[in-house]
Amino acid sequence: MKQLARSHHSSLALASDAGEQRPVRTQANAMTQHPGALQVRGISKKFGSFSALSDVSFDLKKGEFLTMLGPSGSGKSTTLKIIAGFLDPDVGDVSVEGRSLVSTPPNKRNIGMVFQDYALFPHMSVAKNVAFPLECRRVNSVQKKKRVERILQVVGLEAMADRLPRQLSGGQQQRVALARALVFEPELVLLDEPMGALDKKLRQTMQFEIMRIVREVGATVISVTHDQEEALVMSDRIALFNEGRIEQIGAPAELYEQPRSQFVADFIGESNLLSAHVLPGKTSAMLVDCDKTMDAVPVKSSGSAREGDQITLVVRPDRIHPLTVERARTSPKSAEEAEVQGIVRERVYLGTEFRMLVEVAGGKMLKVADKNVRDFGSFQIGSIACLRWSQDDAVAIAGH
Amino acid sequence: MTSAIGKLIFWALVTCIGAFLLLPTLVIVPVSFTSASVIDFPPAGWSLQWYRGLLSAPVWRDAIVTSANVAVCVAVAATVLGTFAAIGLHRSNAKHMMPVRVILLSPLVTPSIVLAIGFFFVFTKWGIAGEFLGLVVAHTVIALPFVVISVSSALHALNPNWELAAKGLGSGPVRSFFRVVLPVIAPGVAAGVVFAFITSWDEVVAAIFLTNADLRTVPVEVWGQVRATLDPSIAAIGTILIAVSVIGLGCIYLLQWRQNETVGS
Repeated sequence: MKQLARSHHSSLALASDAGEQRPVRTQANAMTQHPGALQVRGISKKFGSFSALSDVSFDLKKGEFLTMLGPSGSGKSTTLKIIAGFLDPDVGDVSVEGRSLVSTPPNKRNIGMVFQDYALFPHMSVAKNVAFPLECRRVNSVQKKKRVERILQVVGLEAMADRLPRQLSGGQQQRVALARALVFEPELVLLDEPMGALDKKLRQTMQFEIMRIVREVGATVISVTHDQEEALVMSDRIALFNEGRIEQIGAPAELYEQPRSQFVADFIGESNLLSAHVLPGKTSAMLVDCDKTMDAVPVKSSGSAREGDQITLVVRPDRIHPLTVERARTSPKSAEEAEVQGIVRERVYLGTEFRMLVEVAGGKMLKVADKNVRDFGSFQIGSIACLRWSQDDAVAIAGH
Repeated sequence: MTSAIGKLIFWALVTCIGAFLLLPTLVIVPVSFTSASVIDFPPAGWSLQWYRGLLSAPVWRDAIVTSANVAVCVAVAATVLGTFAAIGLHRSNAKHMMPVRVILLSPLVTPSIVLAIGFFFVFTKWGIAGEFLGLVVAHTVIALPFVVISVSSALHALNPNWELAAKGLGSGPVRSFFRVVLPVIAPGVAAGVVFAFITSWDEVVAAIFLTNADLRTVPVEVWGQVRATLDPSIAAIGTILIAVSVIGLGCIYLLQWRQNETVGS
């Protein structure tokens, strides 16, 4: 059952629409896994007067792949070090399957870690490196040999067992590090910037390779990265860190579709941020007045916002549909659609899509990405474009 | 054409410098094989008589045994202490460790005669002047900086993540040291062993102060004999000293070459 759910998911992961695949995986988890592999409760850490981490809490289900994403200095690496035991939190608790780990030294935690530079022991062969955690656990030599062989098979390096790390390519070294972190069947595997040392092309291959491997052995994984694309591809859930806090945690689609703050909207994918305030509302939609100078546009109510509140509207470039003035005239917009007009200032053709910068009232530049590349010719620089988007695609965030 | 001439000049210069450095030392090698009974160069004829003489003279035999024993003890003591000192210094990069490093390395820059007088007074008080132990302690202090330097430079090849990784994978500190740290710094430690051995093997100043008629090292015996009777047996013992040092340096060179092979790239 578990295997089935996994393979089903990994084939889906190759599909392009992030919005549809994720719930499948989450559901599979809920059915096949018992919850609570890791609990992080209110951890904080200060370095001198700098607050590296303040009150971070999250849970991890068994078999889940969580990515801690954020800019450098946002606290994601500090969190990873605290979970691994290389740092102690000032306050808060980390527990694995109900056991608190705070007073347990790293060598007694049973957590596998892959370092950014892999930290393979240079004087040991691949097999010896992988056997090291088993050696520490005094596993007998027959068992040790068997388990090393098995995991090397999983990562596809059985032929390299006798090589030294420096005789391997970057991608192979990464797989050795992963095998070494998985061979003792730890309760949790930590990946610190796993793609950091690889070139871009290899990164994409290794993203899928790592997903395949950790799913094959059923590992619970926390990965740290500052690369949002990597996070979107690999994770069941993403925890987005900013200034020592978790800004938002959820499935990739959730962070993309329902960002809870401007930071999230800005960090995950591209977005247009429009300052607005709520006008006297009608029905379920509210009308907001963008940047005071723009026309009112409909927005689906976010519940808490009231008349007169300052809000920020988030609209993704790919959800904005540009129309020429003539086309806009012939196909009138519906009540659920927003429309603003602007002047095309920049445009580029990228094959699968074209992109424009459109200046709207108040000098605000909106980023637009459109897949209908045949329309590219209709939008000359300096011409007027009508920009439409569905109210469902505009997310309102409190504050400016 | 010009580059050929340049090369020629370069190698001529190198040869001259090498000759200038080595010839005064190496001249005693042929002298030691003379068949004459006085030191002369070039030797009138060839013979191994002076080496036979050395081995049959109890004074020289005892001195060689003493020197070797002291040097082995010093090599062990200085290497163990120096390796841990280097690791300690490496781990605490704090500024307040600077004085500690300076103190550890100070025997390098202190005039040997000053050190020797210091050892003499203190060890006389402690009752270990003229004792084997006193000689080992003094030579260990003198050899320590060489070990600290060679192990420190080897530690630069140690990625701090290796130790963290070992810890995270379940290794205690003892296993981490023997399975991860030591194999990586082994060439530096081995070089330290050789340096410490040679330092003690060659040391004469402190040894003169700390030895007596019953306990003599080879350099002290040489010093004594040079002042009394100057015969080719001095050249023979000198050749043996040189040979031991050359073998030692050869070992260091080999080790460093091997280290570059494994850790480098």
